[in-house]
Amino acid sequence: MISFNQVYKRYPHGYDALKAVSFTLDAGSINLITGHSGAGKTTLLKLIAAIERPTAGSVIVNNQDTRTLNGKGIAALRCSLGIVFQDQKLLFDRTVFDNVLLPLQISGFDPAAAAGRVRAALDKTGLLDKEKASPISLSGGEQQRLCIARAVVNRPSILIADEPTSHLDEDYAREIMHMFRSFQQVGVTVLIATHNATLLGDTTHRMLVLDQGALTA
Amino acid sequence: MKVWLIHHSLAFRLALKRLSDMPFASLLGILVIGLVFSLPAGGYMLLGNLQTVSGQISGAPQLSLFLALDARVTDIQEIEENLRKHPKIKDFTFVSKDEALRQLRKNTDLGKVIDNLDKNPLPDAFVVNTHHTSPEILEQLRDETSKWSKVEYVQLDSAWAKRLHVFLGLGQSVLLILASLLGLALIAIVYNTTRLQILTMQDEIGISRLIGATHSFIRRPFLYFGAIQGTLGGIVAWLIIAVCIHMANDGLTDLIRLYTIDFSLKHLSPGESAGLLLAAAAAGWMGAWLSVTSHLWKAVSA
Repeated sequence: MISFNQVYKRYPHGYDALKAVSFTLDAGSINLITGHSGAGKTTLLKLIAAIERPTAGSVIVNNQDTRTLNGKGIAALRCSLGIVFQDQKLLFDRTVFDNVLLPLQISGFDPAAAAGRVRAALDKTGLLDKEKASPISLSGGEQQRLCIARAVVNRPSILIADEPTSHLDEDYAREIMHMFRSFQQVGVTVLIATHNATLLGDTTHRMLVLDQGALTA
Repeated sequence: MKVWLIHHSLAFRLALKRLSDMPFASLLGILVIGLVFSLPAGGYMLLGNLQTVSGQISGAPQLSLFLALDARVTDIQEIEENLRKHPKIKDFTFVSKDEALRQLRKNTDLGKVIDNLDKNPLPDAFVVNTHHTSPEILEQLRDETSKWSKVEYVQLDSAWAKRLHVFLGLGQSVLLILASLLGLALIAIVYNTTRLQILTMQDEIGISRLIGATHSFIRRPFLYFGAIQGTLGGIVAWLIIAVCIHMANDGLTDLIRLYTIDFSLKHLSPGESAGLLLAAAAAGWMGAWLSVTSHLWKAVSA
């Protein structure tokens, strides 16, 4: 469960990225945040992962107020989330397998069982035959799927993705969105920031619309 | 506990991988650490050996009571009893004329001369340690013991040994300062090596933090790296000292024999060697800790 209550975010140079944002996302739901560039979508996702702290208001993620978390608390929160970053943040000096293994290493997962878990995530995202490849040799769509594999390998309760289809053509984008839908169907709360709200292709999701930092829908 | 063990095992393997990924740079770093550490460790070894020598040549003030050649067993027992009862005397050793001759034969090239002697010309002697170091009391003791029956001559000669003692004390102080400065240099070397590593791994560190790595998780492989590098540097220092001892011992033995002392340079004891490795590992660990902590502090503040 994710809950924002009158959240404001002002950056040090005075720019108001979010203004009085309040909403609650139910566990196991799939949700889209849309809005123009600079509307505050990325900031909102960063607040969920405690990469940024709210200037005012509270952000509750999995029953924890992110304002009260210390360093270890933040690390534990991030381990419980799956995050797909807008700029992917892949390690190009490691193999596909090692990129997906990283979250398991961080959470202290049993090394004997980790390989199986990594391969399951790669299988789910269609990259099993590329496990020894370098991420740099993958296509844009494959790199994006690799990011998703890394995000879900820890079996998070919440999956957040920032513009996961922005560099992909429509077919790839729909494939990625279909993947998110499949995670939601097994109980994961999914929140996707995107320009293209039509990609999910149905109306069974919630839509949050941001305009200049304020929630309009 | 299991997660803790998994994390430490992973950090250790990562540290070894980083060392083996850059074999030449790692080797150079280890050599530099070894050279830096060999100076104070070598100095410590040298001082320890000098203290042994000074002990053999009466580092503390000693009296040597040489007995008359005609002294009988009863005379020796009487002198021994007097020494035992004397409040100013700490302990003493009896050196028989036969033992003295044996030592003379062993420590000098006078074997043939000794073989040609009709009888042993050396007297029985007592080597006496006192509770006091003041020259007045020692001279008083010398005068007193020289009046005892069958005591032929009492020798009190510790002035130059005392000077050596003072020099050894000074050497220890200089060594302490040197060790502290070179220890700091070692920390600086590892700090810098770790900083360079961090710079090449900034993306990995940043991504790891974003997906849930704690500062401990990020710091740990670097700490192991610093400690392993320090330990290997300590081993290099130990080997450098061993080689130096081997090279110095031959020439030194001839020199020492001129002073009729049984002496050769000895390496650090097992305990001291373990101390050297621990100190090197700790300095490496400290350098790495300072470097990563400073980086993480900057990353959090940014």
